Amino acid sequence: MTADAPARGRLKVFLGYAAGVGKTYQMLAEARDVQQRGVDIVVGYFEPHGRKETIAQTEGLEIVPRRRLEYRGSWFEEMDTEAILARRPQVAVVDEFPHTNVPGSARQKRWEDIHILLDAGIDVLTTMNVQHLESLNDQIWSSTGVRVRETIPDWVLKQADEVVMVDLTPGALLNRLARGVVYPPERARAALENFFKESTLVALRELAMRQAAYAVESRLPDDDNGHAPDLAPVELQPHERLLLVLTPHPSSAALIRRGRRVADYLRAECLAVYVSKQQDLDDLVPAERETLERHLNFARALRIETRILQGSDTAEAVVAFARLHGVTQIFVTREEPSALRSWFASAFVQRIVNLAQGMQVTVVADRSIRRQPA
Amino acid sequence: MNADSHRDPEALLRQVEAAERAERRGQLKIFLGYASGVGKSFKLFDEGRRRHERGEDVVVAATQSNIPAELDAMVRTFESIPTKDVAGVPVIDVQAVLARHPQVCLVDGLAYDNPAGSRHARRYQDVEELIEAGVSVLTSINLEYIAEEQEFVRSVLGTARTDTVPQDFIDGAEEVVVVDAPPSAESAEAQLLSQLRQRALLLTAGVVDRQLEAYLRLHGIQSAWGTQERILVCMTPRANAAKMLASGRRNADRFHGELFAIYVMQTNLTDDDRLALDRNVTLARAQQAHVETLEGKDPVGTILEYARAHGITQIYVGHNLRRGWRNRLGGTPLDRLIRDAEGIDVRVFPQ
Repeated sequence: MTADAPARGRLKVFLGYAAGVGKTYQMLAEARDVQQRGVDIVVGYFEPHGRKETIAQTEGLEIVPRRRLEYRGSWFEEMDTEAILARRPQVAVVDEFPHTNVPGSARQKRWEDIHILLDAGIDVLTTMNVQHLESLNDQIWSSTGVRVRETIPDWVLKQADEVVMVDLTPGALLNRLARGVVYPPERARAALENFFKESTLVALRELAMRQAAYAVESRLPDDDNGHAPDLAPVELQPHERLLLVLTPHPSSAALIRRGRRVADYLRAECLAVYVSKQQDLDDLVPAERETLERHLNFARALRIETRILQGSDTAEAVVAFARLHGVTQIFVTREEPSALRSWFASAFVQRIVNLAQGMQVTVVADRSIRRQPA
Repeated sequence: MNADSHRDPEALLRQVEAAERAERRGQLKIFLGYASGVGKSFKLFDEGRRRHERGEDVVVAATQSNIPAELDAMVRTFESIPTKDVAGVPVIDVQAVLARHPQVCLVDGLAYDNPAGSRHARRYQDVEELIEAGVSVLTSINLEYIAEEQEFVRSVLGTARTDTVPQDFIDGAEEVVVVDAPPSAESAEAQLLSQLRQRALLLTAGVVDRQLEAYLRLHGIQSAWGTQERILVCMTPRANAAKMLASGRRNADRFHGELFAIYVMQTNLTDDDRLALDRNVTLARAQQAHVETLEGKDPVGTILEYARAHGITQIYVGHNLRRGWRNRLGGTPLDRLIRDAEGIDVRVFPQ
């Protein structure tokens, strides 16, 4: 960074639990307040969804035109990050933090565009729903049957300077849906089938509140021991370090998400290893190798340090590495529901437990299996 | 609802009466904040305005003193039933509200002690009477005025409140909305406010969690959401429960979750086993776990059944290193626990 680089902009996230709870409305109301205080603010991207009250909130705010780009014969509109940079406002309003840009855009994700704005010293106001958080992805899937595709890595939300909970009761939300405020009728009917079931809304709302509370807590200054002051009974504990044991099996993705979440809440470091019997992953067939590499990349994207170890005995290699790196907890997956595979899995757990005296071993539930009938 | 109620006419009558009472009752909606100035009053009156626009009969029964001009202008657009001023304390005129009997009544500020000689000692009891009479109430409160939070409030603010509302009253509301906004400036005071803010969010999450549980139970859905982390420590006479319980407590605290500890009764316990078990139960209580002793011929099945019924997300078990593992057909209990604990993490503690 050069000496005259601008101070990084501040990021404020309006967190909700469903479309229609009023995130965008509240963000725009704040934008108008900010403008009235004489701050130079623009709307960088805004998704009207045809909602009249929300659209009215943009009145008097300068809107930076979107960028149009063609993909496979259709035209798409995305935020024009470069135009906002050239316009250089103090604050930019950017709806839908987890949005994925159309292929051919300079960056894959809107949060990457937002980082560009923040790096240029522009403050950003943005919106998201809790179900787009990466570490909750399996939990959401297993309870709703909806696999949320547009996700935000937890560390990206953690970097926000402020997270504000936008609350509306599910009863009021369902009313708004019925009155056609949220979606046109045919879309409203479809929405009622998945995310807008009452129990789902209640559960997502609770998750959003807990996430907002966590965001407040993690911004409180730490004491030396990794505890926020006065929030939990302070007890001297060695610093926790988690080690995730990856495999080419698909359940490793759930292991990575869960491990990341537990590590964050414990304020622990998180590492991940794969033990290869041969050098350069030669023990894997190409398809397995590709999956494993995807898992390693996924772990790195969530800011988990990864290593490939070599050893003929996986349990021994894992435990030796764990000991060397001061690991306190080892996380493994339970791979297959079949009896034989699970027998091997728990035999592997036993071996690790037997070798890793003093460390705890957690067999992470496969939350990628749907457990609740729709 | 149990099966007997279908046959017992008395029980059936009680149910019908309860349902009728619930139907006659007004609805209670509470806007919960963590400090003054976060916008509870604005949200309250804004909802009142929208309800009025949709044709509901809305009146104001109490407002806060010293409100900003903008809010005052908003309040003036409503029909008001003035409070009675008793020894400098505004008291809701319950009789006048009941005589007017609106559909919806706005009460800005729930936590007030009424002066001696008033109809009720506390304002929330006035509100309760209105609801009983079929008037719906929208009201507001700050976290620091909830009775059960006073120990926490004292630890943060150095002083407790006396004019409080019991948590039960909050839990009984049909709807609780958290009004959230970051403290305005970075300061030592902002840090205190952040602690209250976090607590307000968690408290509301707790209310929502109980609503979710009630909803799932009512509709016969087995809870699988795991919105709140719930840790279950499995105790045996020989397991080193102290370590599991200490770790369980710490993890439950970090997740703001709940801790459970169970023991599945076994036959042929020695006297030493019994003593060890008593010690473990005492330890579990000291760690503020929900402790239960269960009966069941099949310990693993009993543990899992309990775990599913209580929405457990993590099970902690001890593993004895000296005992052989592969000496039983069909695997050891730990094998089975790991295999069948669908959707629940199993953490193994070396013993």
